Amino acid sequence: MSVCLSAPGMSKTYSRYELTLVVKEAFVVRKRMSGRSRFLRRGVALTAIVTMAATGAVFSSGATSAQPKQAKAASVTIRVAVVSTPQVTEVEQLLPDFYKMYPNIKVAIDTLPEDTERAIIETDIATQANEFNAVMISNYETPMWAKNHWLVDLSKNFIASDPGYHVSDLIKPIAQSLMSGGELYGVPFTGESSFVMYNKSMLKAAGLTMPLHPTWTQIAAMAAKLNNPSKGVSGICLRGEPGWGENLAPLDTVINTFGGSWFNMKWVPQLTSPADEQAVNFYVKLLRTYGEPGAAADGVNECLQYYDSNKTAIWYDSTAVAPEIAVDAPSVYANTGYAFAPTGPSGRASGWQYVWSFSIASGTPNQKATWDFISWMTSKQLISEAAQKFGWAAVPGGNRTSTYVNPKYQKVATYGPITLASMEAARPDDPTVHPVPYTGIQFVAIPEFINLGNEVSEQISAAIAGRESVATALSISQQDALTSVSENGL
Amino acid sequence: MTTLSPVEGATAGNIARVLAYRRSRRSHHKLFGRARLFGHAWSVFTWLIAIVLFFPVFWMVLTAFKPEVSAYTVPPQIIFHPTLSEFAQVLSGGILKPFEHSAFVTAVSTAAVLVISFPAAYALSVRPVKRWRDTMFFFLTLKMLPPVAGIIPIYIVARNLHLLDNDWLLVILYVPMNLPIAVWMLRSFLLEVPREVLDAARVDGANVVTELTRVILPIVRPGIVATALICVIFSWNEFFFAVNLTATQAGTMPVFLVGFLTTEGLYWAKLCAASTLCCLPVILAGWIAQKHLVRGLALGAIK
Amino acid sequence: MGDTVTAPSRSTVERIRHVLDRRREGDSGGAGRRRWVRRLPLLPAFVYVIVVTQVPFIATIWYSFRSWNLLIPGSNHFTGLRSYQEVFADPTFLIAVINTVELTASAVIIAMLVGIGLAMLLNREFFGRGVVRTLLITPFLVMPVASALLWKTTMYDPLYGLLDFVLSPFGIHHVAWLSTFPMPAIVTILAWEWAPFMMLIVLAGLQSESLEVLEAAKVDGASTVQTFTRLTFPHIRPYVQLGVLLGSVYIIQAFGEIFMDTAGGPGTATTNLPYYLYEQVFNAYNVGVGAAAGVIVLIGTEIVAIFALRLVSSLIAGTAMIG
Repeated sequence: MSVCLSAPGMSKTYSRYELTLVVKEAFVVRKRMSGRSRFLRRGVALTAIVTMAATGAVFSSGATSAQPKQAKAASVTIRVAVVSTPQVTEVEQLLPDFYKMYPNIKVAIDTLPEDTERAIIETDIATQANEFNAVMISNYETPMWAKNHWLVDLSKNFIASDPGYHVSDLIKPIAQSLMSGGELYGVPFTGESSFVMYNKSMLKAAGLTMPLHPTWTQIAAMAAKLNNPSKGVSGICLRGEPGWGENLAPLDTVINTFGGSWFNMKWVPQLTSPADEQAVNFYVKLLRTYGEPGAAADGVNECLQYYDSNKTAIWYDSTAVAPEIAVDAPSVYANTGYAFAPTGPSGRASGWQYVWSFSIASGTPNQKATWDFISWMTSKQLISEAAQKFGWAAVPGGNRTSTYVNPKYQKVATYGPITLASMEAARPDDPTVHPVPYTGIQFVAIPEFINLGNEVSEQISAAIAGRESVATALSISQQDALTSVSENGL
Repeated sequence: MTTLSPVEGATAGNIARVLAYRRSRRSHHKLFGRARLFGHAWSVFTWLIAIVLFFPVFWMVLTAFKPEVSAYTVPPQIIFHPTLSEFAQVLSGGILKPFEHSAFVTAVSTAAVLVISFPAAYALSVRPVKRWRDTMFFFLTLKMLPPVAGIIPIYIVARNLHLLDNDWLLVILYVPMNLPIAVWMLRSFLLEVPREVLDAARVDGANVVTELTRVILPIVRPGIVATALICVIFSWNEFFFAVNLTATQAGTMPVFLVGFLTTEGLYWAKLCAASTLCCLPVILAGWIAQKHLVRGLALGAIK
Repeated sequence: MGDTVTAPSRSTVERIRHVLDRRREGDSGGAGRRRWVRRLPLLPAFVYVIVVTQVPFIATIWYSFRSWNLLIPGSNHFTGLRSYQEVFADPTFLIAVINTVELTASAVIIAMLVGIGLAMLLNREFFGRGVVRTLLITPFLVMPVASALLWKTTMYDPLYGLLDFVLSPFGIHHVAWLSTFPMPAIVTILAWEWAPFMMLIVLAGLQSESLEVLEAAKVDGASTVQTFTRLTFPHIRPYVQLGVLLGSVYIIQAFGEIFMDTAGGPGTATTNLPYYLYEQVFNAYNVGVGAAAGVIVLIGTEIVAIFALRLVSSLIAGTAMIG
């Protein structure tokens, strides 16, 4: 049966079923609505109120615009980008002392791991976004950025009128690495070179003695004897992790002291030269035969773990890790001996030079307050405050000579004298046996080096992992270097 | 017997489907004898698999209570002296501000996504536009430009707008990030609203607003919750934009977490403590609302 | 027939007819104004998305035609297609493409297989089912950065990792997973994170399966395998396809895990396209090349997506509703 619904001009037939369905549903819908609509309305209202309240509360406490605050009579906030190192973490705990001295200055710190923070700082400085008043960079960037006028001349603007800073106390080569045109563009926070740390009792048990100025050949021989895989002990621990500041740091020193280099005076890459090949072959072979397991992914942290748990006998790395051993594993620390960075056939001193430093970004406001902060971070006063709170073994080292002549420091820091001597022996202006057009011991001070270094370090890491031969790694690296040179017009 | 027209058949099918769905949510599979033993074996197996897959998370929480030295041991310790010192270090590192920022950004961006994706989903389902398929494709392609490629242009645009290191920048960027899946999910839920109910409402003379509030919203409410939960998960966990576009003032939880990776020194226990605290809100939200999540990814309109 | 249906009023008749007419005639879209009324709700989404995403996108295209190295001041000038040439000439780019395909396919397939398995296991009633489901969805809720770091440190470490501990009775000792088997290691992490997502989608599909049909099959004497292959799998196939599609879209962009765990290495073993872009932008600070590579990746992904969507268009084919 069907019902005819007609209207002028239209005539359609709808089955009874369709009609009943629609009409029934309308009734059903109506019935359901009456009971629930009240609940629904209340629920919606409540949710809305709560959401608005929460948003308001959070909004009012948190989000602020990132405009740099102009210097008011009251207080000033400076923003600092720092790399997360243990010394930085320590010093951040001393901030209350800074606030006592400078009640008008507030410091907001952005802390991130090295690579990430570097990327953020570089982007900020290069695009002049002025997100940060002070940045924690290194002796790699500082001279280059000074030339680009991206950093503020500290000698002229601040140090000259701040005798309390004791600028002459800064370790000379360390300070020099932060200069451009004779002026300081950064102030050193921690400085380091590289040396050998070894487990005294393991060497004694094997009947070995470590000379104060070892050669790489001697180190290799000792590592061979000390290597004991059945006990999970490796003869030597070296970095293999990819990164221009990771495995390339020790490797570059080996290349230098074997007589090799990155470029010759005409900027032709030398990565496949006989000296470079010999050096890299030596490093990779040493690591693969007597090095720690999984070396291709090991950086400082991993080697530190191995050394701290007596799983490796010899460790060639930064002078800045010795305080870490002191804190993490005091018994291992008491058993540690030190030697200068090993030399190759040329006999040239090979310790590297690296400095974490603070600079002021050009064009940012409140530069005087920023200077107050970074000068405090690198001052004698801070070091003695850190000593009081954390002990002399844990103070930021490698920036001031006064630390190293302090008897209290000398008592706890057995690595002190050799660290100072290593730093003072570093010559970044003349790093290799043959003259080169660049400065830098464990890096090449050109902007392209971050990328080139990363690419090459990846190849080296692959060679250490055994995924490719050293020859292949070097030829690919040489290709990368040639591309880099041609693209960037070196 | 009247033969059913296609419409009637579809309607009858819908009703049957609804009934079947309701029934399937209740317990079924009553087994006897040997079948029951077999069933027990499967249950044990399921439990084992669940434990294995959950174990890394359990291990993370466990390690958070270890002193640093105990985290680096061979064999890994299950019995140890639990300590709250790692948590204390994490908390003293200032977790409150990143938490606020994350909460703000997540809440506001999720609300914004829901507000603009709901009408869009409506326009793709209840009263669809003609080229809805192309529109769906367009929304999906939004997810295809890798954020990494556009980061410098975004950085520069943000710098010029003075939005760097600002919560609002993240809110603005997270909305298109979550919009495609929100539209997709809400659309599926809206498709589940039975035609008859909508038609009946229209017959009753309901206008769009009444239709929405009295008919549609009650039915798709679980779907909205599920969509919101997905957006919360993705916003809270987002790392790349947060780390590159914020600094001292608007850092969110993932940025805070990564700050515990030091260049030298032991950090596993601290890292686990920080991870546990950072992941906790979303894990709890997911656990509490998991029924909605199950329904949410149901996308049951796939017929 | 005996039913009493009172004749509806004239206005109701009009409305009923109107509604049923529209339904019968299908989605004709109607005349101009009505079409625009339908489009109106889409506008906020459209406008917002276009402003926020297309502006940076156009900026990216702009920079792709220039060569700007952030570290070399004064290097921002027009170079036409040179950046694109550099990308195509870079052997690492091709490696990144291959790695991306390998990584995405492996992770999605494994996650989906595990997800289907888990969904089948969860589709039964058993003791503690809710708890089990809670445990199983957790990997999806954990922050990807946190899980990447967790796996790198406590799982994969050659000396102190759990994997080493679990496998050493079998003689597998001191293996540096991340440097010896980088791709499988990363795929494992991604599959672990995304299996719950797949599981939930497939579970929903399983739960929407009609019980009557299953019981009828059992009555007919079908074995478990037959029931699965002939009934269950075809039913959940659209769900599986949807899971694969959505999962792929997200996993192609996987960045955090590689950034944290392998830094694209060793060598270029785990450099996928997002990581390759990251290296261009934040290692080489080569904005031009990074932008060009990004545009190329976008175009490539869209081409793949068009084909993929054609394949799964059956998904959304039958779901257009007639309003």
